[in-house]
Amino acid sequence: MALLQIAEPGLSPLPHQHRNAIGIDLGTTNSLVATVKSGSVSVLPDSTGHCLLPSVVRYLDSQGAVDVGHTAQYEQNSDPSNTIVSVKRMMGRGLGDIDAIGALPYRFVDAPGMAQLVTRAGTKSPVEISAEILRALKLRAEASLTGDIVGAVITVPAYFDDAQRQATKDAAQLAGLNVLRLLNEPTAAAIAYGLDNGSEGIYVVYDLGGGTFDVSVLKLSRGVFEVMATSGDSALGGDDFDHRIYCWALEQASLSGLNPSDSRRLLSCARNCKELLSEQLETRLTALLSDGQTVDLNLTQSDFRAISHTLVTKTLLPVKKALRDAGISVSEVKGVVMVGGATRMPQIQQVVAEYFGQAPLNNLDPDTVVAQGAAIQANMLAGNKQGDDWLLLDVIPLSLGLETMGGLTEKIIPRNSTIPVARAQEFTTFKDGQTAMTIHVLQGERELVSDCRSLARFVLRGIPPMVAGAARIRVTFQVDADGLLSVAAQEQTSGVTASIEVKPSYGLNDNDISRMLSDSLTHVRNDIDARKLREAEVGAISLMDTAQTAIARDGELLDPAEREQIELALANTRAAISSQNTRQINEAVSHLNHITEPFAERRMNKNIQRALRGQNIGEL
Amino acid sequence: MSTDFNQTHFALFGLTPCFRLDPATLDRAWRAAASEVHPDRYAQAGAAEQRVALMLSTRVNEAYRTLKAPLDRARYLLGLQGVDTGEETNTSMPTDFLMAQIEWREEIEDASAQHDAEALDQLASKLRHEISELQASLATALDDSGDLDLAAVLVRKLRFMEKLEQEIDNASEDALS
Repeated sequence: MALLQIAEPGLSPLPHQHRNAIGIDLGTTNSLVATVKSGSVSVLPDSTGHCLLPSVVRYLDSQGAVDVGHTAQYEQNSDPSNTIVSVKRMMGRGLGDIDAIGALPYRFVDAPGMAQLVTRAGTKSPVEISAEILRALKLRAEASLTGDIVGAVITVPAYFDDAQRQATKDAAQLAGLNVLRLLNEPTAAAIAYGLDNGSEGIYVVYDLGGGTFDVSVLKLSRGVFEVMATSGDSALGGDDFDHRIYCWALEQASLSGLNPSDSRRLLSCARNCKELLSEQLETRLTALLSDGQTVDLNLTQSDFRAISHTLVTKTLLPVKKALRDAGISVSEVKGVVMVGGATRMPQIQQVVAEYFGQAPLNNLDPDTVVAQGAAIQANMLAGNKQGDDWLLLDVIPLSLGLETMGGLTEKIIPRNSTIPVARAQEFTTFKDGQTAMTIHVLQGERELVSDCRSLARFVLRGIPPMVAGAARIRVTFQVDADGLLSVAAQEQTSGVTASIEVKPSYGLNDNDISRMLSDSLTHVRNDIDARKLREAEVGAISLMDTAQTAIARDGELLDPAEREQIELALANTRAAISSQNTRQINEAVSHLNHITEPFAERRMNKNIQRALRGQNIGEL
Repeated sequence: MSTDFNQTHFALFGLTPCFRLDPATLDRAWRAAASEVHPDRYAQAGAAEQRVALMLSTRVNEAYRTLKAPLDRARYLLGLQGVDTGEETNTSMPTDFLMAQIEWREEIEDASAQHDAEALDQLASKLRHEISELQASLATALDDSGDLDLAAVLVRKLRFMEKLEQEIDNASEDALS
């Protein structure tokens, strides 16, 4: 209940003390970590000076030892089934959802909600594999920063659905990171770009990454970044262009049924060719296959344009949808910010320039801009005071709804609603004496349940038997600032409730997470108990400090009885700290939090009124 | 819960209740209020404050959404004055209005069947014109003459028009892809 911060948003309890926070761009092809040091953003390099960490994880032995990054990448052709690339495409996805799965050199097993991979270290979920990448970046950050890292902002494609977001958050938790916020990649880029250039007006961010495509329309005005609409394709990216060259090569060289190692080798060559063709008009694709056969082909930029034409055009559809949802015409767009390594392809630059009738903005490094934006937000969320005050208002990318009779979807929260958002709707029973109701939560735009993504299913039980149509079941959807959904259902006449954080759809539940977490912590020989106690203690002390400051500032909002209760809770917390018992401290903190909630609310309301008054005066 | 949750959406933003709301003023008020209570402002705060920030910013966003959309705003204004627009129960509409609805639907279906994006655009702009005429009448009924019964009828008509707009939207999206 850091009450102090109500009066001075963004001010940490000890203003002079810098709190380390990092921004991580967890990309399909490459990942990066950045931080704000003495007021400026820096992307942190590894010990050899590389900023980009290839998002490649290689399992080395049955104990689960791993190589991450360049070293893993070097071995991807020789050890393809244990070297996982582009794991992001599998996050929160079932086997059937992964495009071009046949071309991937892995052994998949289907698991509830999310496919898993068989490696020499056992079966690994995409969450665990992503956690290895995040852990490597965390170690890199720890090596270059003094003091603890208080938290991280992790970026996700704006078009990621709830399952993909939740999987990303779980991976970060597994890597031992405190997630301050999940931030949409194009929004991160807009923050870095907008703050850098002091931009005002309507901007489009065109973000073509390794495996995902996002487009966001933002209104930038007076330090507020308002996302008006977002659209995209979470299975379209630079990888697909590699795959087009790969298929072209198979056809040209009349090859079929390649083994995993050859398949991986040819894909790597294809990717090389793609990158070279951004700089030159033609290139050679040369690969030596394991049976001694040589593939040697000539690829020109115009051939590449021809074979990738449909992919390039495919990116314009989300662009049109986003503009339509934002109610904006092409002529109102002030600039188009290009993000993601794949926007270097000349055919992409050209199609964007033609569609918008203006040269796209390439003045920020498309590889690092997302990590930079994430670092800037992390710095703010960690409570470090910064020069400009700014605020981000983001949206949900896809509509959220429920299954109703006949396999139809009823939308509860429409796409592009500003978050946080909550919406409730009432439903009723369809049979006499019905005592339970299945709540099936869906995400997507289509009318049929089978065309939407199933996020969760839960059952509201204990409805008192009534005639059909008499029960009133109120279902409430709440989406938080990370874009994550929780759903609650309540039968209004009896008060029977059921709720769920939309989470276990893909088979990892809280117990799995904490088991993996403790496994990984034992792995680095961390003393969990001591750490938990220290965290509880630090949290309790900061909470007490801020409660006292809040009382000193706004004590008049409390009546004497309330004030006495808070004082009592404070004394209780103090006693708990001296007991050095983690559970006791946490209980005292939770009580203190609970009892000060109405106070916090009054203070926030007071601040809204103050802000509006200030604004009205400003207008006169 | 404190009384502030019973505050009207207008009072929350310090605005006078009316249908002719200046969008720029509403935008400014929303941004100012959202800036105060957004969860990003409380990332380092305790659980209670984070809960309150989530609740209040949800409330602020909901108020903004309601006041921003003309149909929602009108329905909300009527609700404040105790008038139920009866959109679910009262389906009796003037015959000429219903005839016009049938014509609209036929035109949309034709354009949609032919994936004719241009025809759909034309229908959309014609519809927008009719919607803005209805909104002008609604403004008079709510803000000037105080004819709440007429306003309720206009809300029901606009509800029909909004459904048409949604149908054109869906059809255009299909035509695009």
